[in-house]
Amino acid sequence: MKISTKWLKDYVDIDIEPQVLAEKIERTAVEVDEVYRLEKGLKKIVVGETLKVEKHPNSDHLHVCQVNVGGDELLQIVCGAPNIAAHKKVIVALPNSRIADNVKIKRGKMRGEVSEGMICALQEIGFAENVVPKKFVDGIYFLPEDAEPGMPVYPYLGMDENIIDLDVTPNRADMLSMRGTAYEIAAIYNKKVTLPHLEIKENQNDNVANFLEIEAEPELASTYLMRIIKNVTVKESPIWLQKRLWNAGIRPLNNVVDVTNYILMDYGQPLHSFDYEKISGKKIIVRLAQNDEVLTTIDEQERKLDAHDIVIADEDGPIALAGTMGGQSTSVDEKTTTIALEAAVFNSSLVRKTARRHNLHSEASMRFERGINRKTVVEALNAAAQLIADLGNGEVVSEIAKGALEDAAPVEVSISLDKINNVLGTSLKVADIENIFVRLGFGVNIANTMFTVSVPPRRWDISIPADLIEEVARIYGYDKLPATLPKGELTPGHYNHSQNIIRATRQLLEAAGLTQAISYGLTTSEKAGRFLMQPSESTQLKFPMSSDRTTARMNLISGLLDDIAYNVARKVDNVALYEQGRVFYREVGNDRPVEVEHVAGALTGLFKTATWHEAKVPVDFFLTKGIVEHMLRSLGVTGRVKYVQADGHEEMHPGRTADIYVGAEFLGFVGEIHPNICKEYHISRTYVFELDLGKIMGLVKNHANYTPVSKYPAVTRDVAMAVDKSIKNSDIVACIKENGGKNLTKVELFDVYEGEHIATDLKSLAYKLTYQNKKATLLDEDVTRDFDKVVDELKEKFAAKIR
Amino acid sequence: MGLKDKLTELKKNALEEINNAKDLKKINDIRVNVLGKKGPITEVLRGMRDLPKEERPNVGSFANKVRDELSSAISERKERIEIIKTSKRLEEEKIDVTLPGVPVKTGQPHIIMQVIDQIEKLFLGMGYQVVDGPEIEEDHYNFEMMNLPKDHPARDMQDTFYITDKFLMRTQTSPVQARTMEKHDFSKGPLKMISPGKVYRRDTDDATHSHQFHQIEGLVIDKNITMADLKGTLQLIARTVFGKEREIRLRPSYFPFTEPSVEVDVSCFKCSGEGCSVCKHTGWIEVLGAGMVHPNVLKMSGIDADVYGGFAFGLGPDRFAMLKYGVDDIREFYLNDMRFLKQFSQRG
Repeated sequence: MKISTKWLKDYVDIDIEPQVLAEKIERTAVEVDEVYRLEKGLKKIVVGETLKVEKHPNSDHLHVCQVNVGGDELLQIVCGAPNIAAHKKVIVALPNSRIADNVKIKRGKMRGEVSEGMICALQEIGFAENVVPKKFVDGIYFLPEDAEPGMPVYPYLGMDENIIDLDVTPNRADMLSMRGTAYEIAAIYNKKVTLPHLEIKENQNDNVANFLEIEAEPELASTYLMRIIKNVTVKESPIWLQKRLWNAGIRPLNNVVDVTNYILMDYGQPLHSFDYEKISGKKIIVRLAQNDEVLTTIDEQERKLDAHDIVIADEDGPIALAGTMGGQSTSVDEKTTTIALEAAVFNSSLVRKTARRHNLHSEASMRFERGINRKTVVEALNAAAQLIADLGNGEVVSEIAKGALEDAAPVEVSISLDKINNVLGTSLKVADIENIFVRLGFGVNIANTMFTVSVPPRRWDISIPADLIEEVARIYGYDKLPATLPKGELTPGHYNHSQNIIRATRQLLEAAGLTQAISYGLTTSEKAGRFLMQPSESTQLKFPMSSDRTTARMNLISGLLDDIAYNVARKVDNVALYEQGRVFYREVGNDRPVEVEHVAGALTGLFKTATWHEAKVPVDFFLTKGIVEHMLRSLGVTGRVKYVQADGHEEMHPGRTADIYVGAEFLGFVGEIHPNICKEYHISRTYVFELDLGKIMGLVKNHANYTPVSKYPAVTRDVAMAVDKSIKNSDIVACIKENGGKNLTKVELFDVYEGEHIATDLKSLAYKLTYQNKKATLLDEDVTRDFDKVVDELKEKFAAKIR
Repeated sequence: MGLKDKLTELKKNALEEINNAKDLKKINDIRVNVLGKKGPITEVLRGMRDLPKEERPNVGSFANKVRDELSSAISERKERIEIIKTSKRLEEEKIDVTLPGVPVKTGQPHIIMQVIDQIEKLFLGMGYQVVDGPEIEEDHYNFEMMNLPKDHPARDMQDTFYITDKFLMRTQTSPVQARTMEKHDFSKGPLKMISPGKVYRRDTDDATHSHQFHQIEGLVIDKNITMADLKGTLQLIARTVFGKEREIRLRPSYFPFTEPSVEVDVSCFKCSGEGCSVCKHTGWIEVLGAGMVHPNVLKMSGIDADVYGGFAFGLGPDRFAMLKYGVDDIREFYLNDMRFLKQFSQRG
């Protein structure tokens, strides 16, 4: 809502710098988008009079004009506007002037003719295209005939007015009008409003009943009124009205439409003017549209209506879409002489739906949606009717045709002094609060410390005590509120078990060298459905914004691969990321997915680059697996973690992927991305893991028992063996542990060899076995006996050749 | 030559040898040769048998004295050799300490998570719970329980990704508050909570809009909670995140779930209020929204609005991070460029 302070001063007596006023409004009422004055930055732009206009000798579209700019000498200016004409008052940018966008105008020559300045269009001096009257959009502007040559143009065009552009919140629709804003400013500065009321002069010889009757359902329009203005001449509005409109951001059109827009801005009351002669029959019906009814609106769009649209209909069918846009067939044009003027209050939620469905959001529909001052519907209608009559030399027919008329009474809300002070943390007195309500123009009755406040209909946002508290708080001033902290019973603040596990997981992975990524939870349905750890239906958005974000993810790896691809495409080849977040699994028949906390990692390139001191460390399967092992061990997962060769993941390398289990519980997997997927993402070898954190949380015990450290020395034995390549380390380790005896405490693999020093179908593995007794020093022969048993078993079970 | 003279000569030669010794092996050899069982002193002592009885103590004590002297000379020399050896080693081992250290490979938290962690820490310290909730929510909890019935005009303010008519991607983390309020047992104390998490809006991504971002909403419900308490709490957030000199100001605003509702500005941390491009020359930066919980919201959650009341606030860690670190494109947070993620320190 653009507020001209000049217009505002007609209603409230204030003399305040616009910036100061804007700041005050912002701190007390609603946000301010901008404070501006159109003339700001412009220089030497004056009224000119075109005394002579001749064709340019060297051009078929330019004209050479002799322009009176108030001095003794005429200026010669070359002008290219198609509507240039002699004996007009025009906008002249003198030599060395500044027009919009800080453009400097200089004396010059155009095709050989001297041009001392420029004759301007409104857009060229800073007007928005959408407020320039249609007939001047493609040419220069003609100022009123009484404009004095040589004088600055700004006051003639209202460019000297300060405009405060308000960003009105939905609850303060009362400020979507000059009058509502005036009440607010008056309350802020403790002033009184003086609002003019245009007296209606009805032609008593004619009655609206001779023209029409109205039928309206109150559920659709709680108020529906019409007036008839006859013998109207449709023409251009006077400049004062045009200035008010374009300063409010509205394009002037003709005196009838301009008046409806003026009243819209003044009272916040939307109005619609019909050409009465174009209405069929004498009956206006406000009803819901029937399915398949069609209306061509004034923007020449044919609109299919449905049973949620309120329409204004004559006997032939819909003639307007209530609250949003009029119909073309009944629109006012230059030939119109009789106006049917509508003022109504339509059902806000239906208007909202219609505006959405037909994409017809307008100044009018916004006000119907957010609310209208029911107290001034009649007054606004009368003021508009009279103004149309005044400006169009017409007359208002007596009486108002009524389809419905809602009574507008003040609302009473009660609140105690204690309640106000208890909620605000203040110690205001009865008189302080009374003063605030009086400033707001509310009626107030005080009994003891109880206020009964009578809220006028223009503040329909106030209906409960909390609303009154807000009024008190903002007028009193939020700056004056003390700043304290909640007192009361103490409560412990701590994370719960799963929050602790999630945060520990993050720290462990960061310490292990992975950086946290946060990717998008919505992705394509293809990416969402990859790397699945359990069968799941996908969860799709009903109306996605783009094809890239249609489906809730069911894995984290896809997002991390997007991240890796983004990095690699920017020549960042070494990436080590993890992500902790939710995936969304959905069962058939359930609309709502289950949200499961996952953690995943993705690594590519080098884990460490070479330095002068150390060789590079490329990322590989075992490095990635090591990170997973470290994480699970450090979290304190109970039970033995198993890594099982897994060739069944479609998106993973079949030979380089392990499923991770604790007992029968499947926790996730670790491995190398399938080359086909890498190719799709244009990335090189990438290693990933993804784990179900929810399951891990269930496996983490908070307390583990202490194991005493043995005081007796440990003994180690090494065994190196050649076995068939297909034999798995995990089987050998299991065999060693099973047969190692009670003193075997640790089995470590320290060497793996395949190559020229061993037969091609064999590999060499070497293990270090540690023996320790908690209660005594081990005897060499006991260790040897245990160790020999293991060796025999390995020979037997795996045909191991001990080396 | 008497035994004493023999010993004197022996001592002289041995001392010379000791003082000329250059390494530990040599000195060890000397020790074995001179003081050992087969050494000359032992031999001398053995020869005492042939001495007259009365001379024996005299010679014996002299021999012991020589042995002690030589023994301490050996120790001294040994020590000396070790000192020389060590200092030589130290000299040889000198390195260029200006060569770079070995890089430690670590990762780090995402910058948004750092902001969230910082705020969580603040509120845990004040006895708040951190409560998580579903990202796919019911319209009922996301909107209706927040005093946003189906036709409410404010629903336009936050366009929503619907899954079905009933379920949607939550547009705020306030539904977590609604769920917690419903369950809270006030006989066990006040409700003090924050709910951090991802939220979604039906927006086209650009430098200042993202269809996914984060929110932390806070809620306190008790018997005597005031708007002054809200102001104090908000001031604490502003000072924790943006610096202890920060001031805040409250401006009236509108949220359906609070009444009164306020928009909260923090004094500009770039120019300290003098006016710069960050604060658009106003000295203030809008950082969050807050208010006193609307009685309808309390009633819908089964809380007696005549007895209990409280405040709520909602802030955007993405916006906080953008302001604090001067990030000018919100998409940076979700593209995860390593060069972006790695540049933030971890001071929290």
